[in-house]
Amino acid sequence: MIRNALAVLTVVAGLVALWYFAAMPMNIHTALTEAERAGAVIDPPSAAERRDLGGVGLLLRNPEHALATFGQERPRLPVPHQVVEELWKTTVGVRVTSKRSLVNHGWVTLSATLLGFGIGTLAGIALAVGIVHNRAMDMSVMPWAIASQTIPILAIAPMIIVVLNSVGLQGLIPKAMISAYLSFFPVVVGMVAGLRSPDTSQIDLMHTYSASPSQTFWKLRLPASLPFLFASLKVGVAASLIGAIVGELPTGAVEGLGARLLAGSYYGQTIQIWSALFGAAILAAALVAIVGLVERLMLGRMGMAR
Amino acid sequence: MLSQDEIDGFAEEGGVSPAAPAREVAISARDVSLVFQTGDGPVQALKDVTLEIGKGEFVSFIGPSGCGKTTFLRAVAALEHPTSGQLLVNGMTPDAARQARAYGYVFQAAGLYPWRTIAKNVSLPLEIMGFSKEEQASRVARVLEMVELTGFEKKFPWQLSGGMQQRASIARALAFDADILLMDEPFGALDEIVRDRLNEQLLALWRRTGKTIGFVTHSIPEAVFLSTKIVVMSPRPGRITDVIDSPLPPERPLEIRDSPEFIEVAHRVREGLRAGHLDE
Ligand SMILES: Nc1ncnc2c1ncn2[C@@H]1O[C@H](COP(=O)(O)OP(=O)(O)OP(=O)(O)O)[C@@H](O)[C@H]1O
Ligand SMILES: [Mg+2]
Repeated sequence: MIRNALAVLTVVAGLVALWYFAAMPMNIHTALTEAERAGAVIDPPSAAERRDLGGVGLLLRNPEHALATFGQERPRLPVPHQVVEELWKTTVGVRVTSKRSLVNHGWVTLSATLLGFGIGTLAGIALAVGIVHNRAMDMSVMPWAIASQTIPILAIAPMIIVVLNSVGLQGLIPKAMISAYLSFFPVVVGMVAGLRSPDTSQIDLMHTYSASPSQTFWKLRLPASLPFLFASLKVGVAASLIGAIVGELPTGAVEGLGARLLAGSYYGQTIQIWSALFGAAILAAALVAIVGLVERLMLGRMGMAR
Repeated sequence: MLSQDEIDGFAEEGGVSPAAPAREVAISARDVSLVFQTGDGPVQALKDVTLEIGKGEFVSFIGPSGCGKTTFLRAVAALEHPTSGQLLVNGMTPDAARQARAYGYVFQAAGLYPWRTIAKNVSLPLEIMGFSKEEQASRVARVLEMVELTGFEKKFPWQLSGGMQQRASIARALAFDADILLMDEPFGALDEIVRDRLNEQLLALWRRTGKTIGFVTHSIPEAVFLSTKIVVMSPRPGRITDVIDSPLPPERPLEIRDSPEFIEVAHRVREGLRAGHLDE
């Protein structure tokens, strides 16, 4: 346990250190320009010459300005403590109702994610049940489901939004639809595999009882499919979040993590972009962890926990 | 509604019954053949199998791999359908017999559902057949006692040894009072000591309940120890080469395996198996 924690901490510390080192050459150009404006003497003195020099070379010639790369307002690459500081300021530091609150933006995205995840999961399960019980559906639906996933979500998201907009649906619903579009597929695939997982002797057993197809479904196929379903749900919930964020990009939405990302890139607010990115990552990790917890509880009660 | 003529017809058939043979027939096969259509052409799994099994008999099927033992049992259970010949279970077609809950099937792998406790596994057929909750509970308790698993109701299958799991699957097959028990190498995966013990228990259970048992095995001693009748089969095409009625008494301690009668029967089974091989 302690050894594992130590290993994880070492890796994290290594990544953070790497990040700080990478930030130095990336931010050095602007850092030097700012220092020059404040009256420092820079080598080489001409801005045009500096533009042609690489970040590493510039850094080696002006080592005394290295630390200045960690404290800029709009760095090319913000460093970890800047992102953490921004995250703190926009979550704990402001009221939840504030326009700057990341909690507020996160909730907007989360609500679309959850709605879309719910729709996608139900649709995925329904399709899987149809595919397993009906040969015609197996042959007709599965190819479409696979084809649907080869279309880039960025191409189809604006179309979904425009179409739904024209019938008067805005805001939450279109985003949830894109979420659902991304999450139904892993659920279909996992659930079909799960519903087909009982072996022939388990199915023959049901035959010997003259069980009806619906009894075979409820008492055998469905319980057997649950471990598969949960594996799919973990993939699906993360995909849902991506769908909701992507759904916020083409609408010019003012709220949501996607909107924060977009606004940040309009105004060169790199710190804001990175903190929104980390906000999304933390949310995704939390969602996957919650699904994992439900899985443990449920399969544990059913005696199937590994 | 039945017409008067039909009712009269039934009455006449019923009137014949006193003349019926003393021992009722549980399973009767006449010239049963079964051909599987496979990718590499047809496979004759059973050829002209003719056999009669009386009610209350313990019949073992023995023979080399691929001789159609499983196929015959599955045909009796209506899991496969003969291509020709006539197969009757309790005087009905196998499908009708299944509807009438005539048999319980025990597969080689215990096949307990891992998400159900032992009690819930045993009550599975009862749930499907629509028994009341109280009836389910009392039947589960009764059959678990029969296979000596009282106290394990709440355990999940993986918490039990292989032998216990197989006993639970026998309990499951007994739960709905089928009078025929079909068992396909139920103890094949167990070690010899556990197997001996389960064989004794199975024999005791058979004597107590008077069920008809069809039992597939690869072991000559097991077949001789358990059976009142041993059916020796040989492959390609699957057929019966010998049917041996055992002279051993119903009461059989494990030591009976050292008796001359036992050794003689075992010898005849071995001869039958060898003859089947020489045919090839
Ligand atoms: N579903 C099937 N499709 C095609 N061929 C089959 C099928 N089931 C069995 N067979 C073939 O029928 C023959 C008899 O098989 P069966 O399983 O009845 O043998 P068995 O006596 O039970 O053998 P074992 O001792 O190995 O269990 C074999 O040649 C087998 O390959
Ligand atoms: Mg077999």
